[in-house]
Amino acid sequence: MERNNQLQRQVALMRQSLFDQGYLDEQFVQLEELQDDTNPNFVEEVVTLYYRDSARLIASIEQALDKSPLDFNKLDSYMHQFKGSSSSIGGRKVKTECSQFREYCRTGNGEGCIRTFQQVKREYSTLRKKLEAYFQLARQAGPRGAASRST
Amino acid sequence: MSKQVAGAASLPSRSVGSGKAEMGDGTGVSSTTAPAKKKLSVLIVDDDLMIRTIHTILVSRVGGEVESQVAENGKVAVDLFRSGKSFDVVLMDWEMPVMNGIEATKELRNMGVSSMIVGVTSHSMDTEKDTFMAAGLDDCYEKPLSIKILKDILQKMKIDA
Repeated sequence: MERNNQLQRQVALMRQSLFDQGYLDEQFVQLEELQDDTNPNFVEEVVTLYYRDSARLIASIEQALDKSPLDFNKLDSYMHQFKGSSSSIGGRKVKTECSQFREYCRTGNGEGCIRTFQQVKREYSTLRKKLEAYFQLARQAGPRGAASRST
Repeated sequence: MSKQVAGAASLPSRSVGSGKAEMGDGTGVSSTTAPAKKKLSVLIVDDDLMIRTIHTILVSRVGGEVESQVAENGKVAVDLFRSGKSFDVVLMDWEMPVMNGIEATKELRNMGVSSMIVGVTSHSMDTEKDTFMAAGLDDCYEKPLSIKILKDILQKMKIDA
């Protein structure tokens, strides 16, 4: 019981740090509010779909960045989708890097696109690791593992 | 995608939907049975499974008698209407393969569909939203929708009905 309380506290702290460090925004809370006993793993299921979308889009962007000359419209279209997905789960830092990439597409700056894409991938990879660790701990802590929003 | 139905149980035929049963003379069931309250039906049109999942749960959570169905692109949505199905509200994404939201909205309006069609898009600029609105939308919001916005949309539906 004591161990469970401790785990739940750890989950709450981990969750709060994701917001405090800017990895997540309010949209993540909106998803949490849709989770209940009839859909107890809703947030993790949606985030898993996000990983799937992201893998596909990252691969498409990588392929498109290998072509010469660069097709900025296509690159922008892929990144628009990736930004939309990231925004839907509250991935704040990833969303910011996506916006930067799209700026470079708009100005036809290929080097800027290539450089920023590395940042997009880095932020995505960091977010994914943090979320995977969070959900794993939440599962260990049990049904109340996803603690309520701190006041 | 399977049809999603809101969690609430069906109401009996002398339902309180119209309020008449509650305000009746108390002498029992009238000879003519009041029709069951019609559920508000929502069609979620989006090629992204993640968005379809979020909006399906959102609709089920908005409360009241609401049910939803999904379509993965504009053509599937148009074909549903062509097959005789009708929906009170259509949540229409913009960018979709096969038939996008603009084409689908124009097609539905050309067919005489008068359902409320709400654009739901990650295009955030006013000029972009204007382009989408011009296709025949009743309103346009950024995705994903929130419970508050969806409730407002459905509330407008009930007032107009």
